Amino acid sequence: MVQLSSTLLYIAFVLYLIGTFFFGGTIRDKKGSGRTNRWATFGIIITIFGFIAQLGYFITRWIAAGHAPVSNLFEFTTFFGMMLVAAFIVIYFIYKTPVLGVFTLPVALLVIAYASMFPREITPLIPALQSDWLKIHVTTAAAGEAILAVSFAAGLIYLIRVVDQSTPSKRTFWLEFVLFCLITTLGFVGVSSAFAIADYEAKFQWIDKNGKKTEAIYELPALVGPHKGTLEKESKDRMQPLVEMPAIINAKKLNTVIWSLFGGAVLYFLLRLVLRKRVAAAIQPFMKNVNLDLTDEISYRAVAIGFPVFTLGALIFAMIWAQIAWTRFWGWDPKEVWALITWLFYAAFLHLRLSRGWHGEKSAWLAVIGFAIIMFNLVAVNLVIAGLHSYAGS
Amino acid sequence: MEQVKCECGHVNPFGTAFCEACGKPLEEAEKPLLDMRYEGSARRSQTYNKTVIDKIWNFFSSVKVGVWLIVITLIASAIGTIFPQKMYLPPNVTPAQYYEDEYGWAGKLYYELGFDNLYGSWWYMLLIALIGVSLVICSLDRVIPLYRALNNQGVTRHDAFLRRQRLFSATKIADDRLLETIKERLAKRRYHIREENGNILAEKGRFSRWGPYVNHIGLIIFLIGAMLRFVPGMYVDKVLWIREGETKEIPGTNGEYFLKNEKFTFETYQKGKENAVFNAAIDRVGSGMVAKTYETKAVLYKRVGPVIAGEEPKLKKIKEYKIRVNEPLKYDHYALYQVDFKLNELKSMSFALVDKQTSKSFGMITVDLLQPKEKYDLGNGYQVQLLSYFPDFYFDDDGNPNTRSKVPNNPAFVFKMFAPDKPKGEVSFVAIRQTIEPFGNNKYKMAFAGIDTRNVSALTVRRDFTLWVLGVGGTVFMIGLIQGMYWNHRRIWLKRTNGEVWLAAHTNKNWFGLKREIQAVIDGTGIRMPIDQAEIAKKVQGGDEHGTA
Ligand code: HEM
Repeated sequence: MVQLSSTLLYIAFVLYLIGTFFFGGTIRDKKGSGRTNRWATFGIIITIFGFIAQLGYFITRWIAAGHAPVSNLFEFTTFFGMMLVAAFIVIYFIYKTPVLGVFTLPVALLVIAYASMFPREITPLIPALQSDWLKIHVTTAAAGEAILAVSFAAGLIYLIRVVDQSTPSKRTFWLEFVLFCLITTLGFVGVSSAFAIADYEAKFQWIDKNGKKTEAIYELPALVGPHKGTLEKESKDRMQPLVEMPAIINAKKLNTVIWSLFGGAVLYFLLRLVLRKRVAAAIQPFMKNVNLDLTDEISYRAVAIGFPVFTLGALIFAMIWAQIAWTRFWGWDPKEVWALITWLFYAAFLHLRLSRGWHGEKSAWLAVIGFAIIMFNLVAVNLVIAGLHSYAGS
Repeated sequence: MEQVKCECGHVNPFGTAFCEACGKPLEEAEKPLLDMRYEGSARRSQTYNKTVIDKIWNFFSSVKVGVWLIVITLIASAIGTIFPQKMYLPPNVTPAQYYEDEYGWAGKLYYELGFDNLYGSWWYMLLIALIGVSLVICSLDRVIPLYRALNNQGVTRHDAFLRRQRLFSATKIADDRLLETIKERLAKRRYHIREENGNILAEKGRFSRWGPYVNHIGLIIFLIGAMLRFVPGMYVDKVLWIREGETKEIPGTNGEYFLKNEKFTFETYQKGKENAVFNAAIDRVGSGMVAKTYETKAVLYKRVGPVIAGEEPKLKKIKEYKIRVNEPLKYDHYALYQVDFKLNELKSMSFALVDKQTSKSFGMITVDLLQPKEKYDLGNGYQVQLLSYFPDFYFDDDGNPNTRSKVPNNPAFVFKMFAPDKPKGEVSFVAIRQTIEPFGNNKYKMAFAGIDTRNVSALTVRRDFTLWVLGVGGTVFMIGLIQGMYWNHRRIWLKRTNGEVWLAAHTNKNWFGLKREIQAVIDGTGIRMPIDQAEIAKKVQGGDEHGTA
């Protein structure tokens, strides 16, 4: 069952990849651009099959584990990817815009690939997670975030289409920055998988901030080493760190970040070398048939649909569960606070749009920032700020 | 202020931008499109700006101010997550020290700026309060005029009103029956249709216009609920440490309820005992390292009869329940939650009275570490007296034995042993792993013979009368949100003028949906598809910053 489950996830991943290429085909297709055509029909069918495969992964894993597979970072993040695809499918049928697939599916692919860098075992539930609210809260919250993420995809399309690439400006810089971040995720996945396939492992003895001897296992060559770290006997032939970090910094995580940035930078510069212009500038010509008003409306509509779902899942259900499991519905835990921040941000977005007429490009930038906040909550708050939420550090 | 009478006969409040009934612009027009957002209604904030009250009102009813408040709150909240808040520091540390030690100068600064308790600070609460005030005022400022305007709207609209709608078309048409087809189609699409002199107003989803106000009311109820927490008596939050076998009054219940802890269980996931799919995960962290259950098997009692000081309460059993994380014991608005525990607290210690030379034993005593007896009689003239007892023993600064607390973490005893051949008794100081004989060599000793332990469970006692207010607030908020977001308010006007049919349409959001609907409704009738005048305006200006909502 577990085997079947991972196979299904793998199949889903491949199907999404193929789907992306089909949707990509629609923009090259001169006559039918923007509207549905053969390429788009294949694209959406393949995407739906991919979604069914992933649903199969989800169900089989649920059966195997005996609890909803949303209980650790790997499971949560893949589920988020799945919801992203689901949100895309729904929006696709409302607005019939293949170009949205060209952006949403790669984001979903990145999310799933990123997820699989975490430990993938089925974990038993600690007492705090033994509740029906686990599935209710986590699935709704993920669905809300996924729908909001579609708004990001639409916003990105909008920006690539309208930002003037003829001269460098703040807008071109930040747009490149957004694309660079996406590429860096790919860099992280690439570097991590490469060393995982090579079975790289380096064990360090080091002294933590309380002066205790501790062990750290690096899965990537140590560019930055832990405080007073020495390689253990069995890893003697592994790379010596270039610099050593003070004890209060988590050197292993920093090392991973540096490697990801490095991988991302290499990829990005290779791209620039090949394209000979900004990445956004290279994509822009393919976007010229995009209907800006429609894209803007999709971006907004996704927020309009996603905001209530997010509120319900990430705030209301979260509060109900927190009341039951932790005796209080709100405790200012970092994860809770970041859900509140996300919510406040999208509330501001809606108000700006409604009454200050922030449509079009401004609204698109906001959609990008909103997604950045969601990702921050998913990535940084889990890995860096680690609070009560038990996924932390797992 | 004087009211404004329109040529159609309708009397509008002062400040109205276009007539509530017929839509004729009452103020001189500069823009090609009407600002439809509040139906041109006379909002207080747009009409008066003289007195201080006017100014305060206008300040808080501004969405710009509201958004600023939201954004400032958002940034402040984010700052609060940079370092852990005071409440999440490990116990027994001084915050000033901790922040500096852990995070260096940044931590020190963080602490000195008071960010260690950011969410409880007066200015954070003030921000939330200001948002609340803003919510109330901005909603009042808009909802009443909007209600008036929507309620008074007429079917026959002024030409200027129609021409200045975002979607507008005029079609020369001969056959009047086409309008019947359109009406039918509109009705099928659940439009509410009003007719007057052959003109049509088709409308649907008006209730969605109240969505924002409903959700704001929900938020206000929620904020009120959060404030009620500070009202005495609304909220109980206590901790109860209770040992296995103990029956204790539940704090916060005014002596009404008692709880007995029959057993506390702590379980971990063990390899081999669990579903095999967990093996890999258990291997990674180690068998027995992941918690599986915290459970207190408890019995709830209620006191019967009056409280009499010094007398044992009479108790009536109410229910038995296994309190676990996620499964609190609930009764009479109280809830008891499993929050903490201590395993293997010492319960009693046993000693044998032995002759040091022959190792012969003359009997055994068991000292209950919470309620030790003063005298233990072993028969045959052997007896042990407990002169002093230190449950949590240490040597104080003067070198005397003392106790840190009443919890038996490290018990020590001063025994006096009596035997037929030692009628005056011998004194011995006994602590874990040490014995001191203060008055020289004794013949007898208290030989350690074993311990008995038990677990202690910590339960949080809660009673919260604010929860239902919060629940109502949350529910109202969700209803308003869904109402405003998942429906929209669409209107289509059809008017006959000089052998032409004029079609104009408006929606508060989701224009593509409206356009598609119009397309379907007029399909084959010969009526021209309205053009989007906002799009045209944009193309003419070459910008895309504007939109109408
Ligand atoms: C965290 C607090 C708030 C939340 C969650 C919230 C939520 C919302 C939502 C969801 C809408 C509907 C938006 C749409 O349909 O696109 C809305 C509309 C609105 N909100 Fe708020 N709001 C908040 C605070 C405020 C504040 C402080 C003000 C005061 C200035 C305000 C004024 C308005 C106004 C004027 C509307 C538009 C009503 C209309 O045009 O029909 N809101 N709000």
